[in-house]
Amino acid sequence: MNDIVTAEELNAKDFTSDQEIRWCPGCGDFAIVKSVRKALAEIGTPTENVVFVSGIGCAARFPYYMATYGFHTIHGRAPAIATGVKLANPDLDVWVVGGDGDMLSIGGNHTLHVLRRNVDLNILLFNNEIYGLTKGQYSPTSREGTLSPSTPMGSVDHPVSATSFALGAGARFVARSIDTDQKHMPEVLKRAHAHKGASFVEIFQNCIVYNDGAFSDFAEKRTAPDTQLHVEHGQPLIFGADGNKGIRINHDILDLEVVTVGENGVTLDDVLVHDETNRTLAGWLARMEAPEFPVAIGVLYCDPAESYEAAVRRQIEDAKKKAPPPSLNSLLQSGHTWTVEPH
Amino acid sequence: MSSDGNTALKLAEVRREEVDEVVVRFAGDSGDGIQLTGGRFAETTAIAGQDLETFPDFPAEIRAPIGTTYGVSAFQIHFGSSAILTSGDAPDVLVALNPAALIVNIEEVKLGGLVIVDSGSFKDKNLRKAGYESNPLEDGSLEKYRIFPIDISRLTLESVSHTEVNKRDGLRCKNMWTLGLISWMYDRRLTPTSDWLEGKFGKKLPEVAKANIAALKAGHAFGETAEMPDGVRGFTIQPADFEPGIYRTVTGTEATAWGLVTGAQLAGLKIIMCSYPITPASGLLHVLARLKSYDVTTFQAEDEIAAVGAAIGASYAGSLGVTSSSGPGIALKTEAIGLAIATELPLIVVNTQRAGPSTGMPTKTEQSDLYLAVYGRNADSPLVVIAAHSSADSFEVAIEAVRLATKYMTPVIILSDTYIANAAEPWRVPDADHFKPFKVGFRTETEGFQPFMRDGATLARPWVKPGTLGLEHRIGGLERAYDSGNVSYDAENHQRMTNTRFKKIEGIADDIPLQTVESGADSGQLAVLGWGSTYGPISSAVGHLRSEGKAVSHIHLRYINPMPKNLGELLARFDKVLVPEMNMGQLSTIVRDRFMVPVEGLRKVTGKPFRIAEIEDGIHARLEK
Repeated sequence: MNDIVTAEELNAKDFTSDQEIRWCPGCGDFAIVKSVRKALAEIGTPTENVVFVSGIGCAARFPYYMATYGFHTIHGRAPAIATGVKLANPDLDVWVVGGDGDMLSIGGNHTLHVLRRNVDLNILLFNNEIYGLTKGQYSPTSREGTLSPSTPMGSVDHPVSATSFALGAGARFVARSIDTDQKHMPEVLKRAHAHKGASFVEIFQNCIVYNDGAFSDFAEKRTAPDTQLHVEHGQPLIFGADGNKGIRINHDILDLEVVTVGENGVTLDDVLVHDETNRTLAGWLARMEAPEFPVAIGVLYCDPAESYEAAVRRQIEDAKKKAPPPSLNSLLQSGHTWTVEPH
Repeated sequence: MSSDGNTALKLAEVRREEVDEVVVRFAGDSGDGIQLTGGRFAETTAIAGQDLETFPDFPAEIRAPIGTTYGVSAFQIHFGSSAILTSGDAPDVLVALNPAALIVNIEEVKLGGLVIVDSGSFKDKNLRKAGYESNPLEDGSLEKYRIFPIDISRLTLESVSHTEVNKRDGLRCKNMWTLGLISWMYDRRLTPTSDWLEGKFGKKLPEVAKANIAALKAGHAFGETAEMPDGVRGFTIQPADFEPGIYRTVTGTEATAWGLVTGAQLAGLKIIMCSYPITPASGLLHVLARLKSYDVTTFQAEDEIAAVGAAIGASYAGSLGVTSSSGPGIALKTEAIGLAIATELPLIVVNTQRAGPSTGMPTKTEQSDLYLAVYGRNADSPLVVIAAHSSADSFEVAIEAVRLATKYMTPVIILSDTYIANAAEPWRVPDADHFKPFKVGFRTETEGFQPFMRDGATLARPWVKPGTLGLEHRIGGLERAYDSGNVSYDAENHQRMTNTRFKKIEGIADDIPLQTVESGADSGQLAVLGWGSTYGPISSAVGHLRSEGKAVSHIHLRYINPMPKNLGELLARFDKVLVPEMNMGQLSTIVRDRFMVPVEGLRKVTGKPFRIAEIEDGIHARLEK
């Protein structure tokens, strides 16, 4: 593994490449790249041991702006290519960046499999609920009725929830953050990095040109206390400007509900305590939607297991221990051979 | 008789007739164990020191309905005391274990050939399923052949009656009884097979091993003792005249796998082979998956695209990325192969071609992905294409693919096909200590580094492993500036980069051998130009006609892109060029396009290899014109 250097030795600038950023002015991606650089500086992995792999889309331009190794690949395939990188060199810190179209539409299959395999990758899905780079068509996360050049009368298909999908795929680390939340995001990214295995982070990202305000119902700083629930392992699921709203299980409907502590006999003891190793709870949290519920932000689920590339490496090392030291001649002469003598 | 039936009765030995070469085809239901029977017979033939070539031909269905024509599985073996280059045109001997196997295969048997049938399976129901209106054993329709009906079903059951197996398992020993009989006929030892059966079943299913061995010996004993019809007798074949050395049998799949492992070691790289199961290419994944102790990593991806993607990722990270598939899967990989061309990363793509288009005939052979390999990508996207001409040749071709991919930082497509992948032939095992290493030099020097700066001679860009201090850089599919690799949409730069990508691949022509003539003069009336698995039938056909004094030459291409520098000039020295291919003329058009030489195609797309006679006829027709 890389030697961890102290935070003083690296700062965000060390992760900033000399390339001019080509995102639209005001794009949420600017805030994300800033948070990622800050998180990496704090994590302290030397730049040469960090690799960013991306697919296609606005978000996928990300590697060009990082002073690390980077591979801008093809649409949807970044998880597959990153899997190859990690199989070749498990010691690298590999980050995968893509948008909702890249990772949930054309590359949905790869996202599914990279998560269930638990390849040790940090996967950042920038969800802006729209296709930006192709000029504004609706995406697989767009809400029903989205008006777009390809859906002039409104989209009729149902959106996919990125976090519910990830949990369904068997992801062992699922988290959420918001582009503009510069305090919160680096912490989530550091948790994602610390988790060995596939770490899936959905980042709500505002597309100022084609889908501005898509998340204003919960991402506005002004109303955030009442619309966001910042989950923390071992802490009660409490939110609200007055800090008195909570989430509890309604056993009659077998679902979550919002309650107010101190009203109708509800006490703090009734409020659920977050257990990030509980997959069922994570599924519930992932499904909470505004305006009925606050949107859960933070580490929804974290329950580590052996990563894919580690298991692959383990089998190879076991095989090497069992078999004699390999020579090409022993390979070519394995099985039945016979000798033709000189005449 | 001795325990392995080898020292047959003196009487039988006396009556053995000496022959030079024979073609035997085993045929039966896909559940009859035909491939296993053929494989075992091939092994004992190799042990007897004869040259051989096999042709396994089986249906795509795993267990097709019993007794149907589409469920027929066949295994042909051509063996003899002289050089054997094909699996044989027409069987001298057909063994048909049911009516469907007879009706599907009989037309290909030599006139007057021996047809051994299991008369016990020629019941009304089976005859109807095969499409016979009357019993061919009784209606005189087979009079062109020597028919030898034996109730193999009954004799097999009798031979296993002393064992504990039930009737169903007992009948499943039919293939071993048959193998015993054919082993007697061609003087094969039984011990290698009985040892093999012991090894396979002995511990877990001792009764199954016992029954199979009993059936094997009973078939052999039947040959020794039963009264044979006219012309059926034991034969002797002398060992072939092989160069001294260590030999083994090898299929194209095995040779490719070992060639890749060897190439990777010579390059000093770790193999990461990423694939998705597809007939007939999965075998390569299976062979490599068992070579973990050689530091081979295999990855069964979720689909073809993920497989090539992971292989590209592995190459990017400094390993040898390999992916493998057949036509439909290669089609899916094309966009990603374009990425490897654009980012100039080494990548090995093995295409075991099968009959198409679309799903086509998954278990049948064809050479129809030549256009796909040479041209089949978006935009101007040149890469290296090389083709193996036989099972054993796949070994060298795989090593050469690794050398070119790593030296020139390019994808290389290896073209194989169903026939080469499955066919077995004897192979003189090379001494690996004599291979010349071509160790990859990863760039570590930071001074003056640019991701797309090029080597003056090869035009290859430097290969840098992520993790190398001071060489952090970004690459991608967007067009990039000539040296720096930074994204560039500059008009002149795109022209220059496109030109350079072409020049780099074209320049490889200086690093490959000049085209030689396989047999015949280097000028004259007619050249037969082949590539891939047509090697065997073309060699044999040209050899026969040359021995008859015909002015015909055989040229066989390994390097399809780029082509050898002298090829155009060489072909121009012939009045005519005939290109037999198992497609509708793909090499013909490429050669015509490159060299403007008059080329005629000889096309065959039946899912079966060319017969020697078909190529001979084609040559005759051109010589007579």
